[in-house]
This record gives sequence, C-alpha cells and structure tokens, in this order.
Amino acid sequence: MTEVKRHSTTKMVPVPSHSIVPERDLGQQPVLETNHLGIEFGGLKAVEDFNLTIGKTEIAGLIGPNGAGKTTVFNLITKVYEPTNGTVLINGKDTKGMNIVQASRLGIARTFQNIRLFSNMTVEDNVRIGLHNQIRYSMMEGILRLPRYWTKEKRMHREALDLLSIFDMQDLADVQAGSLPYGAQRRLEIVRALATNPSLLLLDEPAAGMNPHETEELMENIIKIRDQFQIAILLIEHDMNLVMGICEGICVLNYGKIIAKGTADDIQNNPVVVEAYLGKRKEEAK
Amino acid sequence: MTRAKRNRLIYNCVTFAVVIIAFIVLQGMIENKTITRALKGQLIPICCWIVMAVSLNLVIGISGELSLGHAGFMSVGAFTGAVISGWLLNAHGMENETLRLVLAIVGGGITAGITGVIIGIPVLRLRGDYLAIVTLAFGEIIRNLVNVTYIAVADGHLVFSFLKKNVPDGARMLVDGASGAVKISKISTFTMGFILVMVTLIVVLNLINSRSGRAIKAIRDNRIAAESMGVPVTKYKMMAFVTASVLAGMVGALYGLNSSTVVPSQFTFNQSINVLVFVVLGGLGNVLGSVISATLLTVLPEVLRAFADYRMLVYAVVLILVMIFTNNPTIRSFADRLLAPVKKLFGGRRSDKGGAQA
Repeated sequence: MTEVKRHSTTKMVPVPSHSIVPERDLGQQPVLETNHLGIEFGGLKAVEDFNLTIGKTEIAGLIGPNGAGKTTVFNLITKVYEPTNGTVLINGKDTKGMNIVQASRLGIARTFQNIRLFSNMTVEDNVRIGLHNQIRYSMMEGILRLPRYWTKEKRMHREALDLLSIFDMQDLADVQAGSLPYGAQRRLEIVRALATNPSLLLLDEPAAGMNPHETEELMENIIKIRDQFQIAILLIEHDMNLVMGICEGICVLNYGKIIAKGTADDIQNNPVVVEAYLGKRKEEAK
Repeated sequence: MTRAKRNRLIYNCVTFAVVIIAFIVLQGMIENKTITRALKGQLIPICCWIVMAVSLNLVIGISGELSLGHAGFMSVGAFTGAVISGWLLNAHGMENETLRLVLAIVGGGITAGITGVIIGIPVLRLRGDYLAIVTLAFGEIIRNLVNVTYIAVADGHLVFSFLKKNVPDGARMLVDGASGAVKISKISTFTMGFILVMVTLIVVLNLINSRSGRAIKAIRDNRIAAESMGVPVTKYKMMAFVTASVLAGMVGALYGLNSSTVVPSQFTFNQSINVLVFVVLGGLGNVLGSVISATLLTVLPEVLRAFADYRMLVYAVVLILVMIFTNNPTIRSFADRLLAPVKKLFGGRRSDKGGAQA
C-alpha cells in the first residue's frame, strides 16, 4: 500500500489491517475497522472491498469524485444499509444485523449531507434529542412530573447549553432550528451529534455552503472537538483546504473502490488520485 | 426562565384556564337552572369530543401519523364500559354509580389500549397513505365485530358469544349484536366529563413537553435523523398511538354510558373524519385549538337546527370559511397585529401557532 510519510503534525504508523493510524493511538482499540466492506444494489457494486481503520482520536478524511460512494460508506457504517459483504467493527464490536439505533448506541453519530434537523423544534430541543439516551427518565415520570423529571430536565438544559457553547450558539437556544441560517444549521447538526456522546463522529460535507472564513473557523472547531472530547472524526469533504489541513489519514474512493490511502502529502502526490479527479493527461491517454 | 419555556407555560396555563373557567360557568348555570335544555344535553358529548380531538391530535399533530380509525377505539371503550357497568350492576348489585362509572372508564381505557397495541404493531410499520388505509379498515372491522357480538349476564356470570343462540334464555343482554348495547343505565356525569378532559390535557401537554414527547416530535420532523440520534422510532410512535387510544377508550365509556343504547353504527368512518375535522380546524399540534374547535363544531349543528334542511350546507360553508381564514397569511398577520398589545402584556412574543407546537 501507500508508504508512510510524516504529516506536518502527526506521525502515521501502519496497523495490521493494511491501514494507518496516528502513532498516539497505536496501543488503543481502533474506533472503526471495516474489513472487505461492500454493498451491491441489484448487481451494481456501490462500494467494494472497503478496508479502513480509524484510530481512537484520529481525524480522517474520505474524499473522492461525485458518485464515488462516500455517503454510501457512511450509510454502511451507521447501518442505514446492511452490507452485502464484509464487516464493520465499532470499538471492536461487530455490527452485523444491527439497526441504526443500536449502532448509534455503540457510539456512532453523524451529520447529513442535506441537513436533517428537527426544523419545527427549537435549537435546544434538537440538542436534547441528541441527549435522549444520555439522560433518561420514563414516560410516566414525564407525564406525572415526578422529581426525577425536574432534575433530569435541568441537567439536560445545562448540558445542552454547554454543548451549544462549543460553537457559541447558546444565545440561539430558543430559536426554531429551521429558521437558522445555513451555516448555523450545519453547526447545530454537529452539536446534536456530539450530544449523543459518540466515540466516532461522521461528518458528511461539514463545510458545504460555507464561506472561506467560516470554513477556517470550522477547521479549528473540528480539532477543538477532537481534543476536548477525545473522539475520532471521519469526514467527507470536497474542500481540499479543509481535508489537507486537518485530516491525518485520508482515504480516496472512486467507483466504490479505495484507490489511495495515506497522509495529505501521499495523496497530493499520488498520480492515481490526480487522474481520478482531473482525468489522464492528453499524451498519456493516447 | 427562557423565552420558549415561558411561552410554553403561558400556553399551557391558558389552555387549562379556558377549560376550568368554562366548567365553573357551566356548573353555575346548571345550579341556577339558567342553562337551556339543549345545551345541557350537549355538555357530556362536548367533553367526549374534546378528548377525542385532543387525543387524535397527539397522533396526527404531534406524532405525524394520519390515523382514520379513531372512532374505532371510542367504540371499543363504549361497549367495554357498557358491559362493565351492566355486569357490575346486574351480577354484583353494585349500586354506587360513581364507582361504576370510574371502573367502566378505566376498563374502557385498558381494552382500547390493548386494541391499540394489537393494531399498532403491524400498522405503525406502514407510512403515510398506507397507515391511513389500514386504520380506516380497523375502524370498520371493530364495527362489524361488535355487530356480531353478544354479551349477556346469566346467573351472575358473563356470557360472551358470536352466536345469539349460545346465549341462554332469560339472560340479561348487555350487548345484543347489531342492536348494540341496550338498556344501559345512564350514569355519566358532566363532572366526570370535565375530569376526563383535564386528565387528557395533563397527559397530552405533559407528554409533549417531556423527553418522550420530544422524541415523538423528532420522529415526525425527521425520521432518519431521529433514528441516527438513537431514538427508537417504533417505540415512540407506539407510545403516542396507544396513549391516544387509551384516552379515546376512556372517553368512549363515558360516551356510551351517557345514553340508554349505543349501536355500533354510531362509530363509523364518518365519526373518525369528524374528529379529524376538529383536529385540522384547531390546528395540527395545537391542543387548545382542538379543544375550541371540538366545542364549537359540536354545538354548531345544534344551533343550526333552526335552519333544518340547510343545516349541513351552512356547516360546510362555515368550515370552508374558517379553513380559508386561518390559513391565509394576510389575514393571519392582520390578526397578529390586532393581538400584539395582548401579547406584549405577557412580556414575550409568542409564535403564531402557539407554544405547544414549537
């Protein structure tokens, strides 16, 4: 596979599953391991032989041209689709036969390419849905307003505001989520995903529709989130500045297959990747 | 206290205040005997339809599932209530009417709840139109099932059969097939109706402002996102559906025990649609709206009795006009401007659809 080079900040080291993880995560159980993962839709192999390992606190990138199967990979990891081949291990646990809810309880949270907020609910209530499995009380306790209801609701309120403060959004807590500006909706989706206390956060084009300044801020925040929560982040993104700037391990997908894996430097200099994005040079094509 | 929380509190207080004040005024009118006979006869049905509308609102407005079989649950409750009341009276000689009524209501709620679970398991896997069709069919099935059910008390025992010949001679019939529940002792009271309305409001309003209620709303807004946040969809859809059916069953018992006979054909598809009209007119997800529209639309046909033949025509026109006026943005913003000083009084801006929906 690709040779390991020094990234500007992190040293990436190979692991037995032909992947690389940051050196600091080497002794730890990887958050995500996929082995020969694949799915067919009526004979069309949307994703094929997808092998990826993500370290415990790694920021990884998944890139590729449109239609390469990136979002399908996310849907396989989060169990929206049941894979036809291969396995997905989350924190070492096989997710075979699980549904979306069970996978989420194992510690996967995601955002969506086309924003999927609870747009008729307030910003705070959106985050509270993320806290659904973190702070629990029963339906009866809610209807009868027993003491547990009040203490748990108070805790939910406090934690929701804490989480919103990551993006300085605590003042927007009462606003209807659907009426937020686009960038804020994307940020709220990340906050909501973080509220589920994940060990792996999947971000599907977090910078889509953001201006360069907002993207810059987002990059800082992604690193901040990783450091603060000590979680792994896998992101799909078309903004190469973001991907090359913060991703430690990068995986390039084309026609459902991995065509390259490695650090930012590896990927930028990989002729196969350049060809997938830009096509062959004229003289080579002849 | 945050603004959203305050708005919600105001909305809930207004809802309860409206119901409580209405009850006190009507109760006073009954004592003074200033109430008209026609209105007095309408009081219990009004309570019944309020509960039906609010509980259906939980399914349609809050949970976002179109259920067209809500009258079916009411019918389950009505016949259960009639049987329980008749059985307690005839087999056990229980004379205490209030206790009998309470037991009948509880029994009606339980059986309707069980029916809700049985229907919900297959039905809530469906979405949209399919769910509507299946719930519609359920309403019809219940009606036809009651049509061939014979329940009687013989020698202090409850006899249950689908064939009339199995019922021994001289037994006291409680449910007589297509003739429905017969010779019911009328024990429903307006106070009990008021209590049921209050119970319904407390259950529904507290539910939608709790963890479970938020989960239900989240599923309505975006099912996939809710699932990926770890919210089990079927569980919470079921919770809303069964809660609504329990409430419908409870109030069905009250409705059944308000008249001397209840026939299965009282709970047809038309009745479900009627309740749906209350809900849509009051505003999806708006509990106070359901209370008001259920009251008005129950009283309206009686008021229009003077117009005899034109009654249903006027009713339809009124409905259409209300729909147009409440959904027209120009008229709405005009109404909002008119109400602005009132809202300022409470110190906060309310969303135009009310706090419970937010």
